[in-house]
Amino acid sequence: METPALLGPSLALSGILFSIGVLGVLLRRNAIILFMCIELMLNAVNLAFIAFARLHGSSGHVIVFFVMTVAAAEAAVGLAIMLALFRHNQSLDLQDINLLHG
Amino acid sequence: METLFYLFATGAVISAAMCILRRNPISAAMWLVATMFSLAGIFLLLQAPFIAAIQVLVYAGAVMVLFLFVIMLLNLDVPSSDLRGPMSVAGAIAVVGLLGVELGALWAYTPERLAAEAAQAATLPAASGNVVLDVAGPLFGAYLIPFEVTSVLLLAAIVGAVVLAKRRI
Repeated sequence: METPALLGPSLALSGILFSIGVLGVLLRRNAIILFMCIELMLNAVNLAFIAFARLHGSSGHVIVFFVMTVAAAEAAVGLAIMLALFRHNQSLDLQDINLLHG
Repeated sequence: METLFYLFATGAVISAAMCILRRNPISAAMWLVATMFSLAGIFLLLQAPFIAAIQVLVYAGAVMVLFLFVIMLLNLDVPSSDLRGPMSVAGAIAVVGLLGVELGALWAYTPERLAAEAAQAATLPAASGNVVLDVAGPLFGAYLIPFEVTSVLLLAAIVGAVVLAKRRI
């Protein structure tokens, strides 16, 4: 059995997208954009799973399903937290969320 | 197929970069939708057409619409700068360095060792030609219990979202 085509490039693309997501989380202060970067990272991981699914069978596709479910649940709860936060603070700037700051 | 892959990959990387560079949350969200569409194209090329369809329906359709709703509901003003301090820039440089190391390792690893691993991998069950059946078989067979647990997760998410977002219960 030979290597499936495009496996290496897919993994490279997955790493690049994941790093862009981490950069967004590190650099931006807007909580919603930070959240979108987390979705981007989950998508990058999905790409790695799909790429390896061609080598190891379709279990990878099922895992991608679960990742999508968790991402959707996380988006719903997270955006509800954003709403509560905005009601409390009148801003979504992460710099303003410092009640636990020692 | 190679050309298409690199076309979609370039589109995904550029729109992901634009997503973290745009100051306006709405345009960031639209660039993220573009990233997800490019990824759906790549899934199609990687012989996962069902996942590609779900990606467009669930991510680009449902999740991003939820994001856009919340952004519009909050009516955020666009700040003049929303970059964080120097510590996070140091962290960002470290991440880029790590990515470089990882890509180098992948470059060195890919052709020979991956081929050797592929030769050792158990022969896959032949695809039935039915793209939904290939995913549904393991989902309702070997992964049945995680699938059922997912329903509890979704219920918890629904209740949690309602409790958090409601003013008074």
